[in-house]
Amino acid sequence: MSRVIPGFPLSFGITLLYLSLIVLLPLGALVWTALDIGWERYIAIMTGARTASAFRVTFLTAFGATAFNAVYGLALAWVLVRYDFPGKRLLDALVDVPFALPTAVAGIALSALLAKNGWFGAPLAQLGISVAYTPLGIAVAMAFTSLPFVVRTVQPVLEDLAADVEEAAATLGASDARIFARVIFPAILPAFATGCALGFARSLGEFGAIIFIAGNLPLKTEVVSLLTFIRIEEYDYPAAAAIAATLLGIAFALLLTINMLQLWQQRRMGTAD
Amino acid sequence: MARQPLPEPSARPRQRVGDGPRARAVIIGGVLALAALVLVAPLVAIFTEAFRHGAGAYLAALAAPDTRYAVYLTLITALVVVPINIGFGIAAAWTIAKFSFPGRNLLLALVELPFSISPIIAGVAYLFVYGAQGLLGPFLEAHDIKIMFAVPGIMLASLFVTAPFVARELVPLMLAQGTEEEEAAVTLGAGGWRILRLVTLPNVRFALLYGAALCNARVMGEFGAVSIVSGNIRGQTNTMPLQIELLYQDNNAIGAFAVATLLTLVALVTLIAKVIIERIDAARARTTGAGH
Repeated sequence: MSRVIPGFPLSFGITLLYLSLIVLLPLGALVWTALDIGWERYIAIMTGARTASAFRVTFLTAFGATAFNAVYGLALAWVLVRYDFPGKRLLDALVDVPFALPTAVAGIALSALLAKNGWFGAPLAQLGISVAYTPLGIAVAMAFTSLPFVVRTVQPVLEDLAADVEEAAATLGASDARIFARVIFPAILPAFATGCALGFARSLGEFGAIIFIAGNLPLKTEVVSLLTFIRIEEYDYPAAAAIAATLLGIAFALLLTINMLQLWQQRRMGTAD
Repeated sequence: MARQPLPEPSARPRQRVGDGPRARAVIIGGVLALAALVLVAPLVAIFTEAFRHGAGAYLAALAAPDTRYAVYLTLITALVVVPINIGFGIAAAWTIAKFSFPGRNLLLALVELPFSISPIIAGVAYLFVYGAQGLLGPFLEAHDIKIMFAVPGIMLASLFVTAPFVARELVPLMLAQGTEEEEAAVTLGAGGWRILRLVTLPNVRFALLYGAALCNARVMGEFGAVSIVSGNIRGQTNTMPLQIELLYQDNNAIGAFAVATLLTLVALVTLIAKVIIERIDAARARTTGAGH
């Protein structure tokens, strides 16, 4: 890296100006508006029954979705790295579908599949399980939109895993399950945790995929992003600002966590080489 | 599992964890079955629902005036937003990858920030700048400039949400390529624009294209941020995803899924572009023997 290449002041200036106008100005305005509310009113808004319930529902369903993706995402990454089988490349490409598909499209598709007369909804209803208009539906929508995170963070680390450590463990007589738990899983843990945190963060803020399937009943199946939207529609700007700023704070906390996880990952990679 | 006592290092590939035939079959089978349910079924459902009453009904649904307007507005938005964010992406990547300066990591984090923020927050934040009660609200009202609940608001929110897409594709690649070729061009007397046009951009053209494709798909499909700032005015501020919601709430499933098929096709084309570019990259890496 050196300064002999021209163009730094211009490109740096454009980047900073654009970020200030497009990203920092609006976020600053949001924080400014939220600070304007005052502490007591903020607490009153956040502890109101409907807000508190929305946060509880959102966190619980996001945990559920992340737990599903932790298992299924890991299995997907494992299959894509460790095995060869027909259709593997197609599966690899399909993993990106949830990122590529607009959330509103995913929302109506999932809602059609899981409605009482849908392909999945009808057999599930026979078993007495209803997904649409329940918290389970919210978790399904969150799991769908955040599925690629675990796969795409674990995949490269699993690929770089050297075979000799596993073989050494096998020659010492360890079983497959034991090698996975004691050798492989610790090696991929930082990447795995990063993927889970990224997916969880995405689930907390998800809107489009959820609102079609959730039923959106206050106190039951109303998520935080939707409640923010409703407060805006009601012109209750202080409540919207309080909730949105809280979500923003949670997003920053998760971002910090993810950065620390990535430092851990880099240190792990550094010592492994 | 029959393990040979001490196999030769160069002998046939040795068994690794999960290589047993039964484990393989169970894991692959389970993952594929779930993939069919989770990843394939939604795609199939979109097209099945759209064509439930035949191709005639599908085409009629797409020809409805409000839907045609939504397609038009979405295309216009993409035409404005994507080039701006390509320009920003190139400037940001050039700054971050070709120069070293204090705060470089912070700048990169700022560029990627919109990825970590819920689109709903973005929409609300824009409302607090340009809305009637926002920071600039009184000024905009005095000068009769309408940004919120109008097309400029949709474009601004889309700019926020998709700002990182091009830069995120370019930065890692440009960092890996280093600055040697640019420095050589400088010693040969080339200016900044010339270097960018003839050296840097040709080296990253596929990543640039893919970043632009991702940015475009997201602009066309953005829902949360746009639904806050657009005001959902039929035939005026409805983009395609908003039109999907409106038709779905109107119990016009054919119409909603017909619009959804268009956005699904955009998504699928973007995915195919990714696969093609990855193959080109892999082929290039093989021929040059390096990770360029």
